[in-house]
Amino acid sequence: MQEVTGLYVIAEMLRDILGHYLPAQYVDISMSLINIGVIFGIISMTAVVLVYGERKVSAFMQSRSGPNRVGPYGLLQTIADMFKLMSKEDIMPAGADKWMWILAPMILFIPAAAAYAVFPFDNQAVFADLNIGIFYFIAVSSQAVLPFLMAGWASNNKYALIGGMRTVAQMLSYEVPMVLSILGVVMMVGSMRMSDIVAAQQNVWFIVLQPIAFVVYVITATAEINRAPFDLVEGESEIVAGPFTEYTGMRFALFFLAEYANLFAVSAIATTLFLGGWHGPWLPGWVWFFLKVAGMVFLFMWFRWTFPRLRIDQLMALGWKVLLPLALVNVVITGVGMYIYQLLS
Amino acid sequence: MLKTETYTLNMGPQHPSTHGVLQVVLELDGEQVVEAIPHMGYLHRGIEKLAESRTYVQFIPYTDRLDYVSSMGNNLGYCQTVEKLMGIEIPERAEYLRIIMVELNRIASHLIFMGSLAIDLGASTGMMFGFRDRERILDLFDMACGARMTYSYIRFGGVSADLPPEFIPALQCFLADFPAMLEENHGLLTGNEILYNRLKNNAIISGEKAMKFGLTGPSLRASGIDYDLRKVEPYGIYDRFDFSVPLGQTGDSWDRYLVRMEEMRQSASIIAQAVEQLPEGPVMAKVPKVLKPPVGDVYHSIENPRGELGYYIVSDGSPKPYRIHVRRPSFINLQALNETCQGLLIADVVAVLATLDSLMGEVDC
Repeated sequence: MQEVTGLYVIAEMLRDILGHYLPAQYVDISMSLINIGVIFGIISMTAVVLVYGERKVSAFMQSRSGPNRVGPYGLLQTIADMFKLMSKEDIMPAGADKWMWILAPMILFIPAAAAYAVFPFDNQAVFADLNIGIFYFIAVSSQAVLPFLMAGWASNNKYALIGGMRTVAQMLSYEVPMVLSILGVVMMVGSMRMSDIVAAQQNVWFIVLQPIAFVVYVITATAEINRAPFDLVEGESEIVAGPFTEYTGMRFALFFLAEYANLFAVSAIATTLFLGGWHGPWLPGWVWFFLKVAGMVFLFMWFRWTFPRLRIDQLMALGWKVLLPLALVNVVITGVGMYIYQLLS
Repeated sequence: MLKTETYTLNMGPQHPSTHGVLQVVLELDGEQVVEAIPHMGYLHRGIEKLAESRTYVQFIPYTDRLDYVSSMGNNLGYCQTVEKLMGIEIPERAEYLRIIMVELNRIASHLIFMGSLAIDLGASTGMMFGFRDRERILDLFDMACGARMTYSYIRFGGVSADLPPEFIPALQCFLADFPAMLEENHGLLTGNEILYNRLKNNAIISGEKAMKFGLTGPSLRASGIDYDLRKVEPYGIYDRFDFSVPLGQTGDSWDRYLVRMEEMRQSASIIAQAVEQLPEGPVMAKVPKVLKPPVGDVYHSIENPRGELGYYIVSDGSPKPYRIHVRRPSFINLQALNETCQGLLIADVVAVLATLDSLMGEVDC
C-alpha cells in the first residue's frame, strides 16, 4: 500500500472529527454532502477564475491590459459581471416555446456538473470512482447536445435555430473520433476506472505513448465544447450568438457557466488520460493536477485567440475524413504495439 | 423526398459583421445562399444635396464623412476636382505632403480591412493587431492636423498647415517599424491554414465579371485587371514615384486579401520616396477667400483604398456648387455581392462582404 497524502488526508481528518460527534452512518452522509458542496464550489470557482483568466490571456495575446479596474488587478471583475447579469431584466421572446426555453439552460448545466463526479483530483480523491469512469464522462457530456437544440428551437429565432442545428451536426460528428481516441488509452490500461488510468501512468505519461490520440483528443475536445476555431454554434460574426441570441441575464449566465465548466472538464480529462493526472515530483498531487489542467486550459485559450473559424462543410470534412480515420489508425497501431510488446516480454 | 422550402433571413441592419448598418436579405436553402440582396440607406445623410447649400470650402468636412477610414483620400479627390475646375497650381511641398498623407491613409484603411476580415472570420486577435498598427498612423495625423479621423487637412491650393518638426522623425520611425508589423500580421493571418482554406477558391469574381460589375480598386485588381488610376492617369505627382501594382490571378477572396496586403508595402515605399524628395517651400498657394469657380462642369477621380473615387461638380459661377455627385467605390463594389454569394454558405457571405471592403459611410452618401 503506497503512502497516501494530500486531499485524502484532509478528508480522513474531517471524517475523524465528525466521528466524535455523529454516529457512523451519519458521517458517511455528511461526507457525501461535503463532497457535493466542494464539487459545486469548484465548478463555480472555475467559472469565475476562468472568465477572468480568459480575459487576461486574450489581453496578453492582443497587447491590451484586460480587466484592471475592479479590485486589485481587476480580480473582482467577474464577480461584478455576475451581479450585473443577475440584475438584468429577464426577456422572453414572443412566440417562444415557454417551457423548453426555460429548461434549456438548466438542463445544459446538469451534464456539465455531473461530469465532475469522476475527476481524480488527487490520489483517492474521486467523488465516485466508477469502474466505467471514462465511459460515464463520455455518456454524460454528450447529453449537452439536447439543450443546445432545445434553446435553438424554442427561441423562435432563425439565428438560434441555425445555431442549434449546427450544434447537433458538430457535436455528433466529433463525439465519434473523441471516443476512439480515448479507446487507445483504455486499451493500454485495460480499465475504464479513472484511478486505474492515472495509476498506470506512474512511470510514463500516455502523451508519450499515444501522441496521435492526444492530438485527436485535443482537437475533438475543442469542437465538443464549442470553442474557437470550432465555435460555429455561437459563430458571432455569422449567426450573432446562435442558440444564446435571445437569452438574457441569469439564463445567459448559465450558458456561460456551463461553457467554462466544460472547458475545465475536458482539460481535466486530458490531464487524467494523457498527462499523468496527479503524478509529479515534490508538490502535492492535487497541485500537480490543477497545474496541468491550467496548462491545458491555456492551450485551449491559445487556440481561441489565434485561429479563425472553420466553415461548416470544412468542419464536417475534418471530423469525418481526417480525425476519424486518424483515431482508427491509432487504435490499430495501439493493438499491434501491445501484441508485439507481449511477445517480447 | 421530403418537401423543403427556402427561408428568408434578415442579416442586419443590426448585426455584428455588416460593417456598419447594411441589411442583407438572405434567401437561404438550409445554410446555402440562394439570393443575397443588400438593402442600403440606413446611413443616408443627403450629403450630395447638402453640398448645394454650402460654399465650396464648407463642403470639405463633409467629404471626411464619406469613407471615414480614408478621409485624406476624400479630401484630396474633392480638392483636386475644384482645383482642376479653377486651374489652381499648388506648391511642390504641398504636393508631396498630400502624397504622404494619402498613402499613409491607404495603409491605415487596409489595416482596418485586414482587421475586419479577421474578426469576420472569427480571429479577433487579427483585428486587434490591425487597429494597434493603425494607431501609429493616427498619431502621425494627429501631429500634422490635430484630428484622428476627420482631417480636412487637404485644402484648395495645398494643405492646411506645414508639418511640425517632430513629424518627419516619427514618420521615419514608423516606416522603419512597418515591415516588421506587416510580417507579424502575415504570420498570424496569411500563414494560417484555416484562413487560407476559408478564402482560397471561394467567391471567385472573374476579370470579365468584375468589369461588368464596375468594380474598381483592389477588388478589381485581384481579378487580374491592371487598372490603377495612379498609373493609368497619374494625378498629382504620382508619375514621379517608382511602385508596382499588385495583381491577383483568380479573383477569389484570398487574392482580394493578398492584393491589399501587398498594396500596404507599396504605399510604404511611396512614402519613403516622398520623404526623401520632400522639398522646402510654402504649403499653400494663393487662393481667393471667396471661391467662385467659372461656369462649367468637371469630373476628376482618384484611386482611393476602396477604388475609384470620383467627384462630378457643376458650377454656375456662384460661391455654392450647383450640383455635386460623388462616385463612391463602396456603393458600386457592393453590387457584386448578390451574384458572388449565390451558392455559398452563410459564413461566406460575411467573408465576401469583408473582402469587397464596402464601407457604409460611403455607400449611403
